[in-house]
Amino acid sequence: MSEEFKIEIVNPEKSFLVQEDVSEVVVPAFEGEMGILKDHISIISFLKPGIIKIFSKSGNENYYVEDGIVEFKNNNLSILTSSIFNVADLDKSKQEILLKKAEEEASKTETSDQSKYLADQKVQVLRSIN
Amino acid sequence: MASLDDLKKRIASVKSTQKITKAMKMVAAAKLRRAQESAENGRPYSEKMKNVILNLSNGISDKENAPKLLSGTGNDKVHLCVVLTSDRGLCGGFNSNIIKKAKSYFSKILSEGKELKIITVGSKGNDQLKRLYGDKIIENISFKESKNANYFDADKVSKLIIDKFENNEFDICTIFYNQFKNVITQIPQAQQIVPLNNKDNGEKASEESYEFEPDEDEILSNLLPKNISTQIFKAMLENSASEQGSRMSAMDNATRNAGEMVDKLTIQYNRSRQAAITKELIEIISGAESL
Repeated sequence: MSEEFKIEIVNPEKSFLVQEDVSEVVVPAFEGEMGILKDHISIISFLKPGIIKIFSKSGNENYYVEDGIVEFKNNNLSILTSSIFNVADLDKSKQEILLKKAEEEASKTETSDQSKYLADQKVQVLRSIN
Repeated sequence: MASLDDLKKRIASVKSTQKITKAMKMVAAAKLRRAQESAENGRPYSEKMKNVILNLSNGISDKENAPKLLSGTGNDKVHLCVVLTSDRGLCGGFNSNIIKKAKSYFSKILSEGKELKIITVGSKGNDQLKRLYGDKIIENISFKESKNANYFDADKVSKLIIDKFENNEFDICTIFYNQFKNVITQIPQAQQIVPLNNKDNGEKASEESYEFEPDEDEILSNLLPKNISTQIFKAMLENSASEQGSRMSAMDNATRNAGEMVDKLTIQYNRSRQAAITKELIEIISGAESL
């Protein structure tokens, strides 16, 4: 029996990625990173800024997300996110823009603790990509 | 009867109008394809979102304390209506259809003695509504600068709605837009987004139980605002596809009508030209006879 399952990443504009042969996905869930293997229990959770790591036979891929929802059911992993970037495609200039935006957000003082935490996360993750 | 010169001028002007409408039709057709594509590409997201929320709201343990965005305020006194229209005209009945639908809803609400608030998105809707319901319009948003419907704009609209909801400015929110069926048919829709109405969907949530991390309430309160953005974004996508479709068929009709008019005018022109020749001939012949 194969140990593979299907992943589908959609953003509002389009279906971003569909892959049938992933063996493991690590998502930055809100309460910590979460690794998902085949036959995981059905789960719904949401994401904080971080890196989605997809492991498959055809190679590993990393995606940077800022927010999103994960749903895993019947060996189907759906990730809904409004902002996702393939780390491999994320060149320096793009990264700078995102980082700048995140830093601005993080430096705001009047925002709530939660949004500040999220912005800090963004900065941290973006810095770590280099 | 119009003189030959006048007819000639009219034919020329109708022909140049035809050229313009033809060009607009071509542009609309090209844009339609893109808009249709993005409307179709956007569907999986909103469907998935709907499913997740459906599963969540069924799984929620404490119905009493469910987030207000889901269960409503318990009142239905103040209605907020978001009317999504285009920023440009010359698209047939596109805007009028939405407005008509919205107006009938408005009069229903007002006749029930409830309060009405209107947000218009797109300048055409504002133009048409401000005469009758000018005092009810609380906000007018226009995305003239953005070329295509994008999620960022939808997010802005939904933030506005959520802010107003949290300030207890309304109880029920409905959005009006045109659903794209095909190039010729667009169906004006009224969709209630706050509180979320799951009964309409006619879908059954899967029986399976989910594990939630963090708990349902927290996920729901995070997800519901996102769902509103998604629904509005979907409406915007459908709307922009409908707008282009409607414009395309309107311009197609206009081009055809202009063609018919040119034909008619040409016949009239030729007739009067012949009549003039005949008249001249008669004059010459009778002149010769009298000699």
